[in-house]
Amino acid sequence: MALLEIRNVTRRFGDFIAVDNVSISIEAGEFFTLLGPSGCGKTTLLRMIAGFDLPDSGQILLDGKDMVDTPSEKRPIHTVFQSYALFPHMTVADNIAFPLRMAGKTSDEIKSRVREALDDVRLSNFGNRFPEELSGGQKQRVAFARGLVNRPRLLLLDEPLGALDAKLREEMQIELINLQKDMGVTFVFITHAQNEALALSHRIAVMNQGNIEQLDEPSRIYGFPRNRFVADFIGKISMINAQVLEAAPSHLKLMVAGLGEVTAPSKEGVRVGDTGVMAIRPEQVRISHHAEETELKNHFLGKVQGFLYVGDVTTYIVELPNGASIEALLPNSAPGRAKFFEAGDPVAVSWRHDAGIFLND
Amino acid sequence: MRRSNIWLWFAAALVYAFLYIPLVIVVVYSFNDSKLNAEWVGFTLSWYKALFNNHEMLTAARNSLIIAVSASFCATILGTMAGLAIHRYKLKFLPVLVFTPVAMPEILLGVALLLFFLQVLNLTLGMISIIIAHTTFCIGFVAIIVRARLQGMDESVFEAARDLGASPWQTFRLITLPLIMPAVVAGALMSFTLSIDDFVITFFTKGVGEPILPIQIYTMIKVAVTPEVNAISTLLMLLTLTMIIIASKLDSSVLRRGTK
Repeated sequence: MALLEIRNVTRRFGDFIAVDNVSISIEAGEFFTLLGPSGCGKTTLLRMIAGFDLPDSGQILLDGKDMVDTPSEKRPIHTVFQSYALFPHMTVADNIAFPLRMAGKTSDEIKSRVREALDDVRLSNFGNRFPEELSGGQKQRVAFARGLVNRPRLLLLDEPLGALDAKLREEMQIELINLQKDMGVTFVFITHAQNEALALSHRIAVMNQGNIEQLDEPSRIYGFPRNRFVADFIGKISMINAQVLEAAPSHLKLMVAGLGEVTAPSKEGVRVGDTGVMAIRPEQVRISHHAEETELKNHFLGKVQGFLYVGDVTTYIVELPNGASIEALLPNSAPGRAKFFEAGDPVAVSWRHDAGIFLND
Repeated sequence: MRRSNIWLWFAAALVYAFLYIPLVIVVVYSFNDSKLNAEWVGFTLSWYKALFNNHEMLTAARNSLIIAVSASFCATILGTMAGLAIHRYKLKFLPVLVFTPVAMPEILLGVALLLFFLQVLNLTLGMISIIIAHTTFCIGFVAIIVRARLQGMDESVFEAARDLGASPWQTFRLITLPLIMPAVVAGALMSFTLSIDDFVITFFTKGVGEPILPIQIYTMIKVAVTPEVNAISTLLMLLTLTMIIIASKLDSSVLRRGTK
């Protein structure tokens, strides 16, 4: 049985449907992520799991038991808030002790558990500090410790890394993965940052307008997005209008107007004549000098329109003869080299026949 | 110094002089060794001595203190509840109901309360009626201060408390109350100072018999402005000022930092 089961949950605010008939089941020990743009319903869903809000219809079951009548203080589910929500009038130790006190643990047990929790988040010497005396990253760790100290069945994390700067964020991501692994607590993480979701999760549910667009493992979400929304929301992707010419079990043949035939991996349910887009990630596209020979089937000429240098890699935007543009990514492996091509350069782009994906309209 | 600066300082000095010279005069003349408030003769504490031998004045002071303490006590509890309710339930009419007495002309409130006590409640006017009246107009002030405190706070700490296993009552006792405590204390002090020197509403709602400080002072002035009035005014000023200073300290420094 799944640890948490969300069954056909709907939540409306007036005319606005925040969560629209969503069903998810989350297994014990999982690091599960709800990913989506702001307003997609992920926060509403999280608040219903926590017990701050109730579904208009549908059920939320924990260990198979409907939680509709269980107020949030009775649910073995704790939350790490985006703002950390540390109690400003209590010391770090008292903050961490709070859930233990509420659970009626003895003071000896509280003391040792708090010490343990402080050690776990490497804040052993900060027990007597007040939250306002801590840095953002330290507050974050106190919030994790407080959420985990009473071993909840489920820990909900509401964009907990949103307020941190990029470097600290990466450190905390690694820390989070380790914490989850060590404690064995099931995490439900919500974020709008796709790279964070990919890095942390066992499974991701991509949400949009109250619906789940795709629920899968990170690599499948990235590699095999189910529709245009998912493809566009997760990572970078180029999309070129195409029509299906041939649908074989081994591959698809697509016709791109003004460009020619493109071979793409086969996909279930695609029929000859379907229109849609051929989507391909920048790192799958090879960019080379105009005249260079290639063995790749999908091979087109184009012109560099512009490029984006971000240090480790440079993304080139190449205009194809039919006016569409495609992005190609090239690592800057040669030191001190920002670019291999200039804007306006004639180039060739190519990709493997099993790269890219056809997405129906 | 720049010209505009000088003028600015000058204007400021003028405003403060206008505000504070009358008060300074009252204080200075309370130590004047003369029956007249006309010229400085010499330093004396005799007016204070006279004040403490004035039985009626002492009774008035005692009555006023009883009223101020009781009214601010009731107003603090009710006003805190009102502030919490206004903040939580976001009802449009609730703030209007609670804050209106603050803006209402005192004379109107006085008349209204008088009629209410006599004709609706059939109450004999006295200490109780004054306490109720003072509580009425103080509630709004407490509610305003408490709500302001709540508005500046991160809402999620209350949810966090519930989330971590605290019942609604535990959340109030362990989180909400400690966090709004500075505002509650500030509201209580504010109520006290408003109550102890209130004249208009007290005048309307007092009975015959027990003297009340502001009314007593007024009665004394009707005869002549004696330095004894200066002395009691100075003492009252000192008390009020102390309260205000404590309240403002709570409001600015402690309010921002939490209740540490």
